[in-house]
Amino acid sequence: MFGHFAGAFLGRLSWSALPQDAITRGGAAMIVLGALGIVALITFTHRWKWLWKEWLTSQDPKRIGVMYIIVSVVMLLRGLGDVALLRAQQATSVGNSHGILDASHFQQIFSAHGTIMIFFVAMGFLFGLINLVLPLQLGARDVAFPFLNSTSFWLFFSGMALVNLSLVIGDFSAAGWLSYPPLSELKFSPTTGVDYWIWSLEISGVGSLLSGINFLVTILKMRAPGMTLKKMPMFAWSVMGSMTLVAFAFPILTVTLTLLALDRTIGTHFFTAGAGGNAMMYVNLIWAWGHPEVYILILPAFGIFSEIVPTFSRKPLFGYTSMVWAIWGIVLLSFTVWLHHFFTMGAGANVNAFFGIMTAVIAVPTGVKIFNWLFTMYRGRIRFATPMLWFMGFVVMFTIGGVAGVLLSVPAIDYQVHNSLFLVAHFHMMIISGVLFGYFAGLSYWFPKIFGFRLHEGLGKIAFWCWAIGFMLAFTPLYILGLMGATRRLDHYDASLGWQQLFIVAAIGVVFVLLGVVAQVLQLVLSIWQRDQRRDFTGDPWGGRTLEWSVPSPAPEYNFTIIPVVSARDQFWADKQAGKAAETKYEDILVPKNTGAGLIIAGFAFLVGFGMIWHIYWLALVGLLGIVATVVVRASDDEPEYILRAKEVEKIDNALRRRKQTV
Amino acid sequence: MKKRAKIWLGLILVIGIAVLAGWYLHHHLVAVLQPAGQVGRKERNLIAFCAALSLLVIIPVFTMLGIFAWRYRESNVRAKYSPELEGNNLAETIWWLIPTALIGIIAVITWRSSYAMDPFKHLEANKPTLHVQVVALDWKWLFIYPNEKVASVNEVAVPVGTPVDFEITSDTVMTSFWAPQLGGQMYAMPGMTTHLNLEADTVGKYGGVAANISGKGFAGMKFTVKAMPTADFTAWLRSTKRTSRVLNAASYAELARPSENVRPSYYGAVDTSLYDTIIMNYMMPSVTQTNTGKAI
Repeated sequence: MFGHFAGAFLGRLSWSALPQDAITRGGAAMIVLGALGIVALITFTHRWKWLWKEWLTSQDPKRIGVMYIIVSVVMLLRGLGDVALLRAQQATSVGNSHGILDASHFQQIFSAHGTIMIFFVAMGFLFGLINLVLPLQLGARDVAFPFLNSTSFWLFFSGMALVNLSLVIGDFSAAGWLSYPPLSELKFSPTTGVDYWIWSLEISGVGSLLSGINFLVTILKMRAPGMTLKKMPMFAWSVMGSMTLVAFAFPILTVTLTLLALDRTIGTHFFTAGAGGNAMMYVNLIWAWGHPEVYILILPAFGIFSEIVPTFSRKPLFGYTSMVWAIWGIVLLSFTVWLHHFFTMGAGANVNAFFGIMTAVIAVPTGVKIFNWLFTMYRGRIRFATPMLWFMGFVVMFTIGGVAGVLLSVPAIDYQVHNSLFLVAHFHMMIISGVLFGYFAGLSYWFPKIFGFRLHEGLGKIAFWCWAIGFMLAFTPLYILGLMGATRRLDHYDASLGWQQLFIVAAIGVVFVLLGVVAQVLQLVLSIWQRDQRRDFTGDPWGGRTLEWSVPSPAPEYNFTIIPVVSARDQFWADKQAGKAAETKYEDILVPKNTGAGLIIAGFAFLVGFGMIWHIYWLALVGLLGIVATVVVRASDDEPEYILRAKEVEKIDNALRRRKQTV
Repeated sequence: MKKRAKIWLGLILVIGIAVLAGWYLHHHLVAVLQPAGQVGRKERNLIAFCAALSLLVIIPVFTMLGIFAWRYRESNVRAKYSPELEGNNLAETIWWLIPTALIGIIAVITWRSSYAMDPFKHLEANKPTLHVQVVALDWKWLFIYPNEKVASVNEVAVPVGTPVDFEITSDTVMTSFWAPQLGGQMYAMPGMTTHLNLEADTVGKYGGVAANISGKGFAGMKFTVKAMPTADFTAWLRSTKRTSRVLNAASYAELARPSENVRPSYYGAVDTSLYDTIIMNYMMPSVTQTNTGKAI
């Protein structure tokens, strides 16, 4: 009787959902203690009110950006922790030894690693940087839809919370980061793991789609007067390309996940083995999102490099028009190549050949971009600050990884390296050197603009070298292992193959990467410690070229006291050359009021996800109704903004500028 | 002095790593680069050719990066500085065209090799093609010789110099059939048949694996390809036929139950309709096939 009642009330949830073995318990304890630690810290320092007013309810894209990046960095640490476990397993689980993890645990960890790194590190970091920089670069005071922006962030946060909750209650998907059916169907994965995967991505995916539309509209409608599209900074162009892809690709992800969820919860047969289900359809759909996703992540990184190389070479970007065409070429082509992820699924020669050629064609615009960056350096005056080091590392590794990619694009070659560690080495090389190095470069470049002080250069350089060396050590062996016939995702292999030495080298590489992370954490702590010596009073610490460097650091909430008028591509550089001083005129500014509605919506979305995962349907319904109610209440608010009076603006601006003069 | 020491140290490090890597590769099997059949050999040659072609990109990019970074460093005030230089139509045209030309070559290679090396196509040879049906199970490989009417688990014997048409399906989740020294791989999917045409031309034992994650026992889902002279193969068939075990619906159901790290075993007789039955089971919706286990 009680069991029946509990079943209706708690769905699949019971005490057995708590972790049962030592390693999971350790992970769960870390998550719970970490969360409790943060709560305790805030409580004892009486920071709840401050946190709520200044951060959690903030509509300022710069604050939202900072929150995105904090979450991403924490998730990066979790993702790297997963890597340490994976590589430790592979370095020890050989022959008679079975290492530290059992197979299903190992499989959960690599599934979580991929999911977290792509969705909650890369995507979060990306949206964070866009929030920090885009409005400033466009000469705008805000994004087009500030409230939507905060809602997107909180949906991302909910998704992240669900993934991490799976460590404590239930389990995570063991079917890989893209959870191919039939393995991810209920028959083969009966626990809640795949459901956690589905619902965390459903929720954060909706956030991503809303962000994409938001930034697209921001670029199209909010540019400063005079900034025609062809006078837009390259980072803004790259974001426009990337967000166009978000708008077209993320709906595919949402629908695909929904179909899989229907299979798992109400017994439909979209992707099941048998009964008319077709798993190949899933593989097609997921990659129709998945391949553009790669370019969603990497185009803005290209954009960041297109800002950094000119600044540190003290020259304008070489071949602006080519760069723009290259971006849009990549955007278009990225939707024509998804089949190269499964040349081995038995498509005919004509289909494989078509997708192989389209894939190789993407190398053309990418190559053009590399040449243009190199010729931006040509006849420049290059300073090798940390962001520039990340760029140089990127060129070396991205070229090697790209060449491996061209090999993979030939179907007849792909048959031999698909699903092997060669492939793993290739895409990590693209994503880490392309995406992550780009974002690190961007963060150290724009950090002073957001926080008002610079990061420690020496530690930044040490971090770069640790990452670069660790990265080569971690992935060069994988290329060789792949050619030796090692498939990805192996939790055990025979001693006679002689792979262990290479796996150990790869594990040492991870240690170097972790040292790099330690250097980055130290860099941050030390820089905060010494922030008074490191203040940037000029607003232009690097000799920048675009509008974000024309305002004081840290940039005030309203960004610009008066909206700038643009007549050149590198407007700020042109102004500096002409010796034009910043105008001091003040006007009333409309600023969005803080609101917790985004957070509340995401909280209800979390309930929907949790309810669906554990089959607690009443909870899911409560969540859904809660979302609708919050949206209605919020939409009936007729005054979502307040006026910051010119006098007030003058006071803030003077304070920022006076500080500048006292130096 | 300090600079010189650094250069020497770097040089020693590079040579050391190269020697170590060379020693390692010399003592270990690099399956994809040491093929034992015509398909694998063609694939290896393609890899080598495309890798060599890519040096045409890597060398100029790395050289330019090194030279530009060194020559135009801030402290080198003698180098020319052109703060207004923002493009050059001729130069840009050149580097739109060079990658296009290279990719043009790759495109031709891709097109031709995709047809020539279509895994579904029978290999050209003097001898008739041997048919082997492959069924991926949790977590082992079943090989059925429909014409010879024998079957084996996790071991497949083939005569050298004879083309083999592997007809592949899965009676569980999707995975991938890969024997790297023979060449290529192909997905094994429930309810589907795919083909992989391979040939071994050197006598030997070659490893094969499931290359796509398929659940708990995935890492142990391995098989051995035994390539033997035709006479030995005939002998192998004869001895296998003497095995008393018969592969029929009942013994198949027994085999299909999940098991891990399965040792090779043999069936002396086979119900030849089995492979088609396995696939057809997925074609008809039946109560046992529903996802949630509930009848609809």
